[in-house]
Amino acid sequence: MAYCLGDDMKDLRSPLAKAKGLGTSGDASNDFWMQRITAFALVPLVIWFCFSITLLPHVSYEVLVNWLHLPFNAIMMVLIVIISFKHALMGMQVIFEDYIPTHDYRIAAILMTKFLSYFLMALGVFSILKIALGEQ
Amino acid sequence: MSWDDERPMSPHLQVYKLPLTANLSILHRGTGTVLFVGLILMVWVLAAGAAGSESWQSMHGFLSSWFGKLVLFGFTFSLYYHLCNGIRHLFWDIGKGLDLEDARKSGKLVIVASAILTLMTWLIA
Repeated sequence: MAYCLGDDMKDLRSPLAKAKGLGTSGDASNDFWMQRITAFALVPLVIWFCFSITLLPHVSYEVLVNWLHLPFNAIMMVLIVIISFKHALMGMQVIFEDYIPTHDYRIAAILMTKFLSYFLMALGVFSILKIALGEQ
Repeated sequence: MSWDDERPMSPHLQVYKLPLTANLSILHRGTGTVLFVGLILMVWVLAAGAAGSESWQSMHGFLSSWFGKLVLFGFTFSLYYHLCNGIRHLFWDIGKGLDLEDARKSGKLVIVASAILTLMTWLIA
Protein backbone atom coordinates (compact mmCIF):
# COMPACT_ATOMS: atom_id res chain seq x y z
CA MET A 1 0.00 0.00 0.00
CA ALA A 2 1.38 3.37 -0.98
CA TYR A 3 2.22 5.78 1.78
CA CYS A 4 3.04 9.43 1.51
CA LEU A 5 2.60 12.62 3.51
CA GLY A 6 -0.97 13.79 3.30
CA ASP A 7 -2.40 10.28 3.11
CA ASP A 8 -5.23 9.62 5.48
CA MET A 9 -3.71 9.04 8.88
CA LYS A 10 -5.46 5.77 9.71
CA ASP A 11 -2.20 3.90 9.29
CA LEU A 12 0.40 5.32 11.64
CA ARG A 13 3.14 2.86 10.75
CA SER A 14 6.00 4.38 8.77
CA PRO A 15 7.12 2.84 5.44
CA LEU A 16 10.33 1.68 7.12
CA ALA A 17 8.43 -0.10 9.90
CA LYS A 18 6.41 -1.94 7.25
CA ALA A 19 9.48 -2.94 5.24
CA LYS A 20 11.31 -4.33 8.26
CA GLY A 21 10.98 -8.06 8.51
CA LEU A 22 10.07 -8.59 4.85
CA GLY A 23 11.88 -10.97 2.49
CA THR A 24 12.09 -14.74 2.53
CA SER A 25 14.33 -14.84 5.58
CA GLY A 26 13.01 -11.67 7.19
CA ASP A 27 15.95 -9.36 6.60
CA ALA A 28 15.51 -7.97 3.09
CA SER A 29 15.49 -4.35 4.29
CA ASN A 30 18.66 -5.00 6.29
CA ASP A 31 20.36 -6.49 3.20
CA PHE A 32 19.31 -3.44 1.18
CA TRP A 33 20.99 -1.14 3.71
CA MET A 34 24.07 -3.30 4.13
CA GLN A 35 24.57 -3.39 0.34
CA ARG A 36 24.68 0.44 0.30
CA ILE A 37 26.71 0.87 3.48
CA THR A 38 29.37 -1.57 2.26
CA ALA A 39 29.35 0.17 -1.16
CA PHE A 40 29.98 3.52 0.53
CA ALA A 41 32.82 2.09 2.63
CA LEU A 42 34.40 0.46 -0.42
CA VAL A 43 34.79 3.73 -2.39
CA PRO A 44 38.10 4.85 -0.82
CA LEU A 45 39.28 1.25 -0.30
CA VAL A 46 38.84 0.36 -3.99
CA ILE A 47 40.70 3.44 -5.27
CA TRP A 48 43.66 2.56 -3.04
CA PHE A 49 43.35 -1.10 -4.03
CA CYS A 50 43.46 -0.36 -7.79
CA PHE A 51 46.80 1.40 -7.41
CA SER A 52 48.11 -1.58 -5.42
CA ILE A 53 46.97 -4.04 -8.11
CA THR A 54 48.97 -2.29 -10.84
CA LEU A 55 52.16 -2.85 -8.83
CA LEU A 56 51.64 -6.64 -8.61
CA PRO A 57 53.59 -7.60 -11.78
CA HIS A 58 56.73 -6.11 -10.17
CA VAL A 59 56.34 -7.43 -6.63
CA SER A 60 58.99 -9.90 -5.46
CA TYR A 61 58.48 -12.01 -2.34
CA GLU A 62 60.59 -9.62 -0.25
CA VAL A 63 58.66 -6.60 -1.46
CA LEU A 64 55.36 -8.36 -0.69
CA VAL A 65 56.43 -9.21 2.87
CA ASN A 66 57.79 -5.71 3.54
CA TRP A 67 54.65 -4.15 2.08
CA LEU A 68 52.30 -6.16 4.31
CA HIS A 69 54.48 -5.49 7.36
CA LEU A 70 53.35 -1.88 7.17
CA PRO A 71 50.27 -1.76 9.45
CA PHE A 72 48.37 0.59 7.12
CA ASN A 73 48.62 -1.79 4.16
CA ALA A 74 47.71 -4.88 6.21
CA ILE A 75 44.70 -3.15 7.77
CA MET A 76 43.50 -1.84 4.39
CA MET A 77 43.79 -5.35 2.89
CA VAL A 78 41.86 -6.94 5.79
CA LEU A 79 39.10 -4.33 5.38
CA ILE A 80 38.96 -4.93 1.61
CA VAL A 81 38.73 -8.71 2.01
CA ILE A 82 35.94 -8.56 4.62
CA ILE A 83 33.82 -5.71 3.22
CA SER A 84 34.14 -6.66 -0.46
CA PHE A 85 33.15 -10.29 0.15
CA LYS A 86 30.18 -9.14 2.23
CA HIS A 87 29.16 -6.74 -0.57
CA ALA A 88 29.80 -9.34 -3.30
CA LEU A 89 27.85 -12.15 -1.71
CA MET A 90 24.78 -9.93 -1.28
CA GLY A 91 25.12 -8.85 -4.91
CA MET A 92 25.44 -12.45 -6.12
CA GLN A 93 22.37 -13.36 -4.07
CA VAL A 94 20.31 -10.72 -5.91
CA ILE A 95 21.57 -12.02 -9.28
CA PHE A 96 20.68 -15.62 -8.36
CA GLU A 97 17.26 -14.53 -7.09
CA ASP A 98 16.62 -12.76 -10.41
CA TYR A 99 17.90 -15.36 -12.86
CA ILE A 100 17.58 -18.85 -11.34
CA PRO A 101 13.92 -19.81 -11.82
CA THR A 102 13.94 -23.13 -9.95
CA HIS A 103 13.53 -22.68 -6.21
CA ASP A 104 15.87 -25.46 -5.07
CA TYR A 105 18.74 -24.48 -7.40
CA ARG A 106 18.31 -20.84 -6.41
CA ILE A 107 18.64 -21.60 -2.69
CA ALA A 108 21.54 -23.98 -3.33
CA ALA A 109 23.45 -21.36 -5.35
CA ILE A 110 22.91 -18.70 -2.67
CA LEU A 111 24.01 -21.00 0.16
CA MET A 112 27.09 -22.23 -1.73
CA THR A 113 28.08 -18.63 -2.48
CA LYS A 114 27.75 -17.77 1.21
CA PHE A 115 29.82 -20.75 2.36
CA LEU A 116 32.48 -20.04 -0.28
CA SER A 117 32.57 -16.31 0.53
CA TYR A 118 33.01 -16.78 4.28
CA PHE A 119 35.64 -19.48 3.74
CA LEU A 120 37.61 -17.22 1.37
CA MET A 121 37.15 -14.29 3.75
CA ALA A 122 38.76 -16.32 6.55
CA LEU A 123 41.52 -17.63 4.24
CA GLY A 124 42.26 -14.12 2.98
CA VAL A 125 42.45 -12.54 6.44
CA PHE A 126 44.57 -15.43 7.73
CA SER A 127 46.98 -15.10 4.78
CA ILE A 128 47.36 -11.35 5.28
CA LEU A 129 48.03 -11.76 9.01
CA LYS A 130 50.44 -14.65 8.47
CA ILE A 131 52.58 -12.50 6.17
CA ALA A 132 52.11 -9.29 8.19
CA LEU A 133 53.02 -10.85 11.53
CA GLY A 134 55.58 -13.38 10.25
CA GLU A 135 59.33 -13.01 9.85
CA GLN A 136 60.51 -10.13 7.72
CA MET B 1 7.40 -16.76 -5.40
CA SER B 2 7.66 -19.64 -7.86
CA TRP B 3 8.62 -19.51 -11.54
CA ASP B 4 8.36 -23.27 -11.93
CA ASP B 5 5.01 -23.06 -13.73
CA GLU B 6 4.50 -23.21 -17.48
CA ARG B 7 2.91 -19.83 -18.11
CA PRO B 8 4.06 -18.08 -21.31
CA MET B 9 6.55 -15.27 -20.85
CA SER B 10 6.20 -11.91 -22.52
CA PRO B 11 8.71 -11.24 -25.33
CA HIS B 12 11.72 -9.49 -23.95
CA LEU B 13 15.42 -8.70 -24.41
CA GLN B 14 16.04 -10.24 -27.81
CA VAL B 15 13.37 -8.19 -29.60
CA TYR B 16 14.44 -4.76 -28.31
CA LYS B 17 17.41 -2.61 -29.15
CA LEU B 18 18.64 -1.82 -25.66
CA PRO B 19 19.25 1.85 -24.82
CA LEU B 20 22.56 2.97 -23.32
CA THR B 21 21.18 3.04 -19.78
CA ALA B 22 20.01 -0.59 -20.06
CA ASN B 23 23.38 -1.76 -21.40
CA LEU B 24 25.16 0.04 -18.56
CA SER B 25 22.80 -1.60 -16.08
CA ILE B 26 23.69 -5.04 -17.47
CA LEU B 27 27.37 -4.11 -17.41
CA HIS B 28 27.02 -3.26 -13.69
CA ARG B 29 25.87 -6.80 -12.98
CA GLY B 30 28.42 -8.20 -15.42
CA THR B 31 31.34 -6.43 -13.78
CA GLY B 32 29.92 -7.36 -10.36
CA THR B 33 30.08 -11.03 -11.30
CA VAL B 34 33.56 -10.59 -12.80
CA LEU B 35 34.65 -8.92 -9.56
CA PHE B 36 33.38 -11.86 -7.50
CA VAL B 37 35.68 -14.11 -9.54
CA GLY B 38 38.39 -11.46 -9.12
CA LEU B 39 37.98 -11.60 -5.34
CA ILE B 40 38.54 -15.37 -5.45
CA LEU B 41 41.75 -14.74 -7.41
CA MET B 42 42.76 -12.04 -4.91
CA VAL B 43 42.55 -14.54 -2.03
CA TRP B 44 44.50 -17.02 -4.17
CA VAL B 45 47.26 -14.41 -4.62
CA LEU B 46 47.29 -13.68 -0.86
CA ALA B 47 47.39 -17.39 0.01
CA ALA B 48 50.27 -17.92 -2.44
CA GLY B 49 52.18 -15.19 -0.60
CA ALA B 50 51.37 -16.72 2.79
CA ALA B 51 52.56 -20.16 1.61
CA GLY B 52 56.12 -18.87 1.19
CA SER B 53 58.61 -17.56 -1.36
CA GLU B 54 58.49 -20.58 -3.69
CA SER B 55 54.75 -20.51 -4.24
CA TRP B 56 54.90 -16.72 -4.56
CA GLN B 57 57.47 -17.10 -7.30
CA SER B 58 55.16 -19.21 -9.45
CA MET B 59 52.30 -16.79 -8.73
CA HIS B 60 54.61 -13.90 -9.63
CA GLY B 61 55.45 -15.68 -12.88
CA PHE B 62 51.77 -15.62 -13.77
CA LEU B 63 51.18 -12.03 -12.61
CA SER B 64 54.10 -10.67 -14.65
CA SER B 65 53.14 -12.58 -17.83
CA TRP B 66 51.14 -10.77 -20.53
CA PHE B 67 48.08 -12.85 -19.67
CA GLY B 68 48.43 -12.09 -15.96
CA LYS B 69 48.74 -8.38 -16.70
CA LEU B 70 45.66 -8.57 -18.93
CA VAL B 71 43.71 -10.19 -16.06
CA LEU B 72 44.88 -7.45 -13.67
CA PHE B 73 43.98 -4.75 -16.20
CA GLY B 74 40.49 -6.23 -16.63
CA PHE B 75 40.15 -6.46 -12.85
CA THR B 76 40.97 -2.76 -12.35
CA PHE B 77 38.64 -1.69 -15.18
CA SER B 78 35.80 -3.75 -13.66
CA LEU B 79 36.55 -2.25 -10.24
CA TYR B 80 36.50 1.32 -11.58
CA TYR B 81 33.39 0.82 -13.70
CA HIS B 82 31.50 -0.84 -10.82
CA LEU B 83 32.74 1.92 -8.49
CA CYS B 84 31.67 4.81 -10.75
CA ASN B 85 28.33 3.25 -11.65
CA GLY B 86 27.85 2.31 -7.99
CA ILE B 87 28.21 5.97 -7.03
CA ARG B 88 25.58 6.71 -9.73
CA HIS B 89 23.31 4.20 -8.00
CA LEU B 90 23.92 5.84 -4.60
CA PHE B 91 22.81 9.20 -6.05
CA TRP B 92 19.66 7.53 -7.40
CA ASP B 93 19.05 6.08 -3.93
CA ILE B 94 18.88 9.57 -2.44
CA GLY B 95 16.52 10.58 -5.27
CA LYS B 96 18.91 12.57 -7.45
CA GLY B 97 19.48 12.24 -11.21
CA LEU B 98 16.51 10.01 -11.91
CA ASP B 99 15.32 11.92 -15.03
CA LEU B 100 15.88 10.04 -18.29
CA GLU B 101 18.12 12.79 -19.63
CA ASP B 102 20.15 12.94 -16.38
CA ALA B 103 20.51 9.15 -16.37
CA ARG B 104 21.87 9.23 -19.94
CA LYS B 105 24.33 11.99 -19.08
CA SER B 106 25.57 10.30 -15.89
CA GLY B 107 25.86 7.03 -17.84
CA LYS B 108 28.17 8.65 -20.38
CA LEU B 109 30.11 10.26 -17.55
CA VAL B 110 30.57 6.83 -15.92
CA ILE B 111 32.03 5.35 -19.13
CA VAL B 112 34.47 8.21 -19.60
CA ALA B 113 35.44 8.34 -15.90
CA SER B 114 36.09 4.62 -15.57
CA ALA B 115 38.18 4.58 -18.77
CA ILE B 116 40.25 7.57 -17.66
CA LEU B 117 40.72 6.24 -14.11
CA THR B 118 41.85 2.83 -15.39
CA LEU B 119 44.36 4.28 -17.86
CA MET B 120 45.61 6.89 -15.37
CA THR B 121 46.17 4.30 -12.64
CA TRP B 122 48.23 2.10 -14.97
CA LEU B 123 50.21 5.04 -16.35
CA ILE B 124 51.06 6.44 -12.91
CA ALA B 125 51.98 3.11 -11.30
